[in-house]
Parts: sequence; C-alpha cells; structure tokens
Amino acid sequence: MKAMKKTLLAAAMSVAAATGVQAAGVSDDVVKIGVLADMGGVYADICGKGCVTAVEMAVEDFGGTVLGKPIEVVSADDQNKPDVGSAKVRQWVEDEGVDAVNGLVASSVTGAVTKVLTDAKKIALISTSASHAFTTKACSPYNVHWTYNVAALANGTVKPMVDAGKKKWFFITADYAFGHALEGIASKVIESSGGEVVGAVRAPLGTTDFSSYVLQAQASGADVVGLANAGADFVNALKTSAEFGLTETADVAGLLVFTHNAKALDPAIAAGMKATTGFYWDMDDQTREWSARFKERHGSIPAMGQAGAYSMTMHYLNAIKAAGTDDADAVMKQMKSTKPNDFFARNAYLRNDGRMVHDMLLVSIKDAASRKSEDDIYNIEATIPGDVAFNPMLPQCDFK
Amino acid sequence: MATLFGINLFALSGQLLVGLINGSFYALLSLGLAIIFGLLKIINFAQGAMYMLGAFFAWMALNYMGINYWVALILVPIAVGGIAILIERYLVRPIANEDHLYSLLLTFGIALILQGLFTHIYGSSGLPYSIPAELKGGTKLPFMYLPNYRAWIIVSSLIVCLGTWWVIEKTKLGAYLRAGTENPQLMQGFGINVPLITTLTFGFGVALAGFAGVLAAPVYSVSPEMGSNILIVVFAIVVIGGMGSIGGAILTGLLMGVVEGLTKFFYPEASTTVIFMFMVIVLLLKPAGLFGKEA
Amino acid sequence: MKINKLYVFLLALALVAPTVVYPVFLMKVLCFALFACAFNLLLGFVGLLSFGHAAFLGTGGYVTGYLMLQTGISPELGILAGTACAAVLGGIYGKLAVKREGIYFAMVTLALAQLAFFFYLQAPWTGGEDGLQGVPRGKLLGMIDLSDNMTMYYFVLAIFLFGFWMVHRTVHSPFGQILKAIRENEPRAVSLGYNVNDYKWAAFVISAALAGLAGSTKTLVFQLASLTDVHWHMSGEVVLMTLLGGMGTIFGPLVGAGVVVTIQNYMSGGELGNYIHIIMGVIFIVCVLAFRSGIVGEFQKLVKKNFN
Repeated sequence: MKAMKKTLLAAAMSVAAATGVQAAGVSDDVVKIGVLADMGGVYADICGKGCVTAVEMAVEDFGGTVLGKPIEVVSADDQNKPDVGSAKVRQWVEDEGVDAVNGLVASSVTGAVTKVLTDAKKIALISTSASHAFTTKACSPYNVHWTYNVAALANGTVKPMVDAGKKKWFFITADYAFGHALEGIASKVIESSGGEVVGAVRAPLGTTDFSSYVLQAQASGADVVGLANAGADFVNALKTSAEFGLTETADVAGLLVFTHNAKALDPAIAAGMKATTGFYWDMDDQTREWSARFKERHGSIPAMGQAGAYSMTMHYLNAIKAAGTDDADAVMKQMKSTKPNDFFARNAYLRNDGRMVHDMLLVSIKDAASRKSEDDIYNIEATIPGDVAFNPMLPQCDFK
Repeated sequence: MATLFGINLFALSGQLLVGLINGSFYALLSLGLAIIFGLLKIINFAQGAMYMLGAFFAWMALNYMGINYWVALILVPIAVGGIAILIERYLVRPIANEDHLYSLLLTFGIALILQGLFTHIYGSSGLPYSIPAELKGGTKLPFMYLPNYRAWIIVSSLIVCLGTWWVIEKTKLGAYLRAGTENPQLMQGFGINVPLITTLTFGFGVALAGFAGVLAAPVYSVSPEMGSNILIVVFAIVVIGGMGSIGGAILTGLLMGVVEGLTKFFYPEASTTVIFMFMVIVLLLKPAGLFGKEA
Repeated sequence: MKINKLYVFLLALALVAPTVVYPVFLMKVLCFALFACAFNLLLGFVGLLSFGHAAFLGTGGYVTGYLMLQTGISPELGILAGTACAAVLGGIYGKLAVKREGIYFAMVTLALAQLAFFFYLQAPWTGGEDGLQGVPRGKLLGMIDLSDNMTMYYFVLAIFLFGFWMVHRTVHSPFGQILKAIRENEPRAVSLGYNVNDYKWAAFVISAALAGLAGSTKTLVFQLASLTDVHWHMSGEVVLMTLLGGMGTIFGPLVGAGVVVTIQNYMSGGELGNYIHIIMGVIFIVCVLAFRSGIVGEFQKLVKKNFN
C-alpha cells in the first residue's frame, strides 16, 4: 500500500517537474520530525525522553502547523547501538516520510545515522553528541550540530588547567567515537599548551567497575586524570577514584559533565570541579523561564542537549516557514542565513559546516553549603565566546 | 613509589587485589553451578540473572523497605534461593528426564525474562548502592591503598566458599548429597527423599549467586546487564576447571581472577580475553578440564 | 508433487513481496532466515547446540564490511571473502568445540564466541563500538548498482536461495544421513566405524560458512557491521528462531526468523522495546515445555506430512 502511494506520488511529482512547476511546499503534506535517542541506558537522562519533550514543546510553541501543514513528532530508542539507530532512521526516511532527525546522543550512533540521512538528503539535527567529526572529517551539507562539541570542552576546561600548571595528564576514555575524539582533541590542546599526556586507558561504554582503570591512572603519576567519558560512566569512574584515594593524590577532571550527573554526585567528591557546558538553567531570567516550563512537563531541569533540541527545532521550523518549503537543501540554506537567537543560543550563528557557534559557559560544581535548592548545582565562572570555544571551520566543509 | 625489578609494586598489588575480588565472584558463581550440576546434571543459564537479582533485591530492600546491607546479606540469598526452588519445582523438574540441552534453553529463557524485566523497570544504566558505613574508607598498606569494602568481599566470599566445601565434603548431609549424585535410585531405596534434596540443592546453588549479588551491589552499580557479562566468563571457568569437584570450582574461580589481574598489569589489552584463551589451551591439552573426572 | 507446488508458491511470493512490504525489512528476514538455516543444520540435523554462532555471522559481516570500505572490491567478492573467513574461523572453533559434548559443547562455543566479541571490540580495524559505518553496497559484477533497495532485494533473495539449497543438499546427501545417525545414536555411529568428530567438524564448518554468508549479506543491506552481530544475544536469537520455527525441519528456521524479526520490528523503538527480551524468554520457556517441535514441526504433525 505504502509503496503504491509512493509510486503515485513520485509519478505526480515527475509530472509536476515536467510541466515546469517549482516543487515547493511540504512533501507528504506533513512535516515529520524523528527524535532518536537512548531512552533507557547510560545516556537516557541527558537526552532521552527529555529531548522528545523538548521537541514537542517547540512544535507546540510554534503553533503545531507550518505552511498550513501539521507537524508530527515520532521517537525511537537507539539503545546506544549504531545498527539499531541507523536501521530505524533508514526506515523513517525510506518508508515513513520523516524529514529531519533530532536528538542523537552517542556519537557512534550519530555517525551511522548521519550517513544514512546524507544519502537520503534529509537533515540531522544533532543535539547531544559530542564528537566534532560531524562538522569536520565526517561533515555533510545536511548536518546541523547544535549544543556543544569536544573542541569546546577541550578549549573550555582543559586549557585553563594546563595554563594553571597542571602539566601531566592521564586519560580514562570511553572506548568509542566520542571518547576517542575527546581524548584526541584534549591531548592536542595539552601538548600545544606545554603539557604532556603520560598515558591513557580505554574503558568500554557502560563499564561499572573502574577500579583497574583507576589503579592504572594512579600508577601513572599524573597531575590530572581526565575522564573522557560521560553520563553514568563519568559518575562511576569518579566514585571509584574517590574509593581508591585517587582524588587525594591527583586532580580528577570530568571533561563532559551534564547537570544530571553533577547533581547525582556527592558534593564532597565533586565540589570545585570545573566543567564546560552549552547551557545552564539558572543563567538568567530567559533560561529560568523556559527551564521552569520544561521541568513542569518533564519532572527535572533540562540538560544542555534537551535545551538545544528545543532551540534547534524552533530554528528548523522557522526556516521551513521562511523558505516556504520543507525541501532539505532550501531549509539548510535558510537555517544558515538566519541567526538563531533565543534563551539558548546567545551571540549565535550557524556556520556553513553545520556547526552552531554560540557562547559557552565555564562552570564549577558548588559545595553542599552554598546550594540553595537541589537544582542549584553550578557557579558560572565565565562566558567563553563561541569563536574561542569552537575550532575554526575546515575549508572542505564549507557547504554554501 | 615502590618498585622491584622495574615493576611498580603499588600498581601490581592493586591489580592483583582487583583480580582476587573478581575471582571471589567467579568462585561463588562457579561453585553454585558445580553444586547444581553435581546433582541435577544441568547447567543453570539463569545463574547470572540470579546474581543480578540478588543485587537488585538488596537495592530494593534498602530503598523500599529500609533494610540495611547486613540484613540483606542474610535475607536476599534466602529470597533468591526461594525463587530458585519454585523454578526447579515447576519448570525444571517436568523436563528433568529430557535431553539436558532443554534445561539449558529453559534457564536461558528465564535469564532473558529477568534481564528484560529489570531493564524495563529500572533502565540499563545501573543504580547506585552505597558501601555500608562500617566498611567505608580504606587502609594504607605499604604497597597499596586497600578500600575496606574490597577486603570484605574477599574475606566473606572465602568464608562462604570454604564453608560450603566443608559441608559437602565433611558432613553427613554432604555425604547424602554426594551419594545422591552417584546413584539416586539407591539413595531413594535407602529411604532418602532425593527429589527434596535435589530441590534444596538447586535452591542453595542459586542462593550462592544471590549472595554474590548482594556483595557486588556496592562495587559494581546494580544493573540488569551485570549477570550476563560475568556468566559467560564463569562458563569458561567451568570448562577450564571441569565440574567434577567442589574444591576445583572454587580454586579455578580464584585462580582465573588472579590471572586476569596479572594480565591487567602486564598487558591490559588482553585482560578481557585471557580467560577464554586459557580455556582454549585447556581444551587442547586436557579436554576434560583441570579437575575434570570424565574422559 | 504437492511439495514442489509449495516451493513454487513460496518463490512467487518472495518475488512479489517487495512491491507490498518495505524491502529492507524483507532483506532482514532473509538474512536471518539464512542464519537460522545454517544454525539448524547443526542443532536440528546433528544435535549440536552451538551457543556461539554470532561469531560467524559477525566475522562475515566485519570482513565484508572492511573490504568494501577499504578496497572497494565488488560486492560478490566481498561476500565471498567474508564467507571464507567465517568458514576458517568455524574450522578452528569447530576443532576445539567437538572435543566436548552436550552442555559443555554449548558452553565452549559460547565462550569462544565471546573471545571473538572482544576481538572485534578491540581490533583496530573494526571501529569498536562504532562498528564499520557507511559500507558501500557497490556494483554487482562491476555493473549492477545495488544502492537501490529493489535491486538489492533480488540479490539478497538469490543468495538466500543458494544458501537454502546448500542446506537442503547437505541434509539429503549421504553425508547428511550420517549426521542424522550421529544425532540419533552417537555410540552406534562410532561402532559403525565413522569418525564422529570429523563429521561433526565438517557440519560445523558448513554451518559457520553459511552463517558468515548471512552476516556478509546483512552488512551490505544495512551498510554497517557492528558489535550487535557478535554479541551473545545474537547467538541466543538464532537458537530461538530455530526452536520456535521447528528444529530439524527445513522450513522451520525460515518461519522462526520471520516471526522473530517481525516481533522485533514491530516493537523496536517504541515504549515496548524492552519487552522484546521478556517475550523472547517466554517463547523459549513455552517452546521447551510444551512446543518442542516448533511451528513447522507441529504443523507437520497436524497435516501428517513431512516437508523436508
């Protein structure tokens, strides 16, 4: 049935093309946004169902329709597995008429999904993945990378520490695309700032016992042990470090800290730790207003990727409206030519490589005494201008 | 930093300790498998899931009922063993006379259900369970920093393993058990209730996994996947040791933990595979296993 | 006669199916059906329960994926290479595993497959958790572009039919008769002078090769090779497909694969996603306790006919 409908549609479209009518408007009479994320695993809290909520909020705030056509949101769990995610997205774009895919958490999944989307000429709206590959070595005219990336983390968190005299680094790295990318770019920053990487160990995603890795880190004699992992992995690694007394002999630095993870940690272990983030709910009235609405619906304060998912959806829908079509090329052009400006995106613009450049925040985790509420987690130490945080665009990724 | 022949003793002893801890869990689990195999001649594929269940029960007891770690350490194995008894009675026994591969598949199904159930309810990211206050902190030894709870794991699992070994090898109850293994018909003829002994043995073997689960809760976070990952390693250990002897199961478990720990120090890349490699070598040289009796 | 009609009907169905159903889904069913057929050759016809067949599926997939990505050879050569590597691995693993019987055989194969899992997790060329992404489907014989789903479907169908025919041939050959004799009564087969372990080993290699063929094909379909293919879950799934469809029957694995993949597809991604394992577990228990001949086996009993 579906295939038949498609054939008819294709026939109708070819007739339209033959008669010289510009193929404008909305394909399939609906704008469909898919949200793909880890819904129950180690990354469920930092995007997951919260990303679905955020996208739905954006659609509602936009009015539920664009160019007179309804906007529909579908979602799926990728279980952090590239095969699951890419098979789902393939079915979405080939069989179910999805126009863009939002969410996207584990960089391994995002890598596989963006390839499928680029082949199908559909847009990837990447909210929570960290790897910078999607706008560098795996860049594509259909990738939009919103919230942050590993370059921003390295420039924001690592460089100041090296400059402050912490020269010898050891990494405990999540063993897949994201961890490798973060370790790689942080190592470059360390070496160019006069520091030295004395070793690294790779731990599989979802490791629960970090003791042998912590012992390796301890034996290395490093000043700083960088945790190039995220989510529950980061929490477990930090806990084990404290158990084995590593936190007393060296600085343990989380390179990617999400508010939910920071909240779950014992302040006695985590207080004072610095982190780079793309968003913090308690920055000003605008962020507080949106975050309160989000919390009311979702039950917890937004993680940066969830806020990013909202902001990005808004920008995408606005672009469809302005371009008068949901055709991916036209929408991408429109998105890159208008500057996003909302509670999330400050001093922001979408670069031709798909990188959204905006102000990042350097924060530190508060100690127990200075927290006014359970959500009061960070002190904002500094604002990092977008052009400092993000690395410059590569010429081969300049998609105009 | 303490070194000997260029070897960092601090790091080496640390990895050995971690190895011994893993070995303690291997020993508890393979001991349970060996006891069950002895009497029922089946392999319980749900042993890993029961270990996971033990950890989750401990977590639930603490968070829903306020039952602390020490009480859980006693109650949870009993609860897990009780569930195992129901499984034996109503699922395993009806197919006791069929090919034993069916009981393997059956218990595999049980493992899938339990794992799926807990993933559905609690997600797969793992739940935190704090180290009991009495065992927080650590001791500075000359060569390393020894967290107290880790030491407790080794001590308590050794006590349980040796206690089990003593009961089976040295007491009258154990003698019945061993006799039931050798010749169930004859035992039945002597007026001993073999089905009851079989059920209780299954329950006890699984309770050991439940006990291991409670022990593991504070060091590994409590997650639905924890059982399946360790079980496959334990299977390899069972193949290495052979299931002929109770002492062999305990010894092989501890030994493989230490081998793993040493590998983590000398060549970390191989630490995940070293036990499987060991299995291959044993299969080539002594296919019945180190302590195996059958040809 | 009637059975020939059945074959013709099924073939006709397979030829028109992609015009109605999403072809990628059909290709997935075919790949898993081939995988299950390969597995069934061991379990159903030799009585050996391998709990590590994912290793061969994954090996086929990774080797094909790597060659297609790195050397750009044509897909039929990529698939051949993947299948060959799976066969070699099957040769090694088989030699080790046939040293033990029954439950031990299952545990040994599971442990060996886990060894393969860690190899693919850590080897520098497999991409670890990322897997091999963006594998090109390439041009068949350098001419026919497979990037179109319809073209790809008929290619996959041809591969499946070849594999299916191989299993059928093996089962009905004198070699297959000896395998069945081993299944029914191993001591007797020994006393008749057959070197049982050699026969088991040969069946293991054929099974591994076909599993590798399924994995190679699957990698081309999804343009991805990943750890899921070598995970023990995958080994469990293929046992389930075979058990549910009916082990020892020719069509059983096909039916089992169809049912399991449909359930997975229906539930994946949604709220029900986590129920997949629960449902699989329940099917296992029901099959073992009450439904040991599987769907096709029970059906054969019902119509008193053997489709083998």
